[in-house]
Amino acid sequence: MIDLHSAKVIGAGLALIGMAGSGVGIGSIFAAYVSAVGRNPASARQVQGIAFLGFALTEAIALFAIGLALFIIYAA
Amino acid sequence: MNVSNSPLEQFELHRIIPLQIAGYDVSFTNSALLMSLSVVLSLSIMIFGGMSRQMVPGRLQSLAEMFYDFIAAMVRDNCGAHGAKYMPLVFSIFLFILSGNLLGLIPGSFTFTSHIIITFAMALAVFVMVTLLALARHGLHFFSFFLPAGVPWWMWWLIIPIEIVSYLSRPISLSVRLFVNMFAGHMLMNIVSGFAIGLAIYFGSVNVGLGVLAGAIPVLINVLLTLFEVLVALLQAYVFAILTSLYIKDALELH
Repeated sequence: MIDLHSAKVIGAGLALIGMAGSGVGIGSIFAAYVSAVGRNPASARQVQGIAFLGFALTEAIALFAIGLALFIIYAA
Repeated sequence: MNVSNSPLEQFELHRIIPLQIAGYDVSFTNSALLMSLSVVLSLSIMIFGGMSRQMVPGRLQSLAEMFYDFIAAMVRDNCGAHGAKYMPLVFSIFLFILSGNLLGLIPGSFTFTSHIIITFAMALAVFVMVTLLALARHGLHFFSFFLPAGVPWWMWWLIIPIEIVSYLSRPISLSVRLFVNMFAGHMLMNIVSGFAIGLAIYFGSVNVGLGVLAGAIPVLINVLLTLFEVLVALLQAYVFAILTSLYIKDALELH
């Protein structure tokens, strides 16, 4: 029907749609951070640590999607 | 000068000192070289930084103290009441991954954390250690970990398998997070820098000045990407360390 390479590329493109959720998540984290620092500027240092941790964990989901797309193209 | 055609070539292993023991290939590869350099770097900073004991610390002592205080505070906050003794483990993991990630950003160097087997070995070691710790401390009561408090009995058939799968996915997520961050970052830098010569030649056929300008754009993007990759290197080492601390707390206190 479709040759293998084209199917792989389409599959990789579909896999990357999952990164949209991560984009919303990271924006949400930093929106919360800005809001928290706006209400209580003295807490900036403490909240910054949690904000970066949350960013890294959410970014990981986006990168799982990239990793899966690369796996589909090159190793499957 | 090696001209590579594929962005995957930077991740290839090269034997520096070929060695065979009983039929197994245990050559000293570029990955092993970077791991040794990473250990030497971390040890040098901590040993030479810790040797001077001035009240007002100099630069190297300050650096060693900053690393130590940062991780000590994190372990104190996240490892639970009985977890402070796991500081050496978390500190070693943090410094090893951090120096590995940062040394990989030197042009021409190799990032040993960009291989899934390396990160999986570390994550699996942490997972097995944490599970054995929990079993040793709590015995068979460890399995109550998979049933959070306050779950009604008619939801157990759903919650328990979900909790078990979520627990078993910890080493996978821990290793893949670090691996994919390093792999995707370096591949992106490789691809963007590959555009520089191509764009320069393409626009250079029209006008040399335009070619130089066009070729400088990918280089500029690469500089910004490298900055971002430094942040990612620091962040991923911190995330691995803090997740290790949280898993230790889970093991010691079962939620």
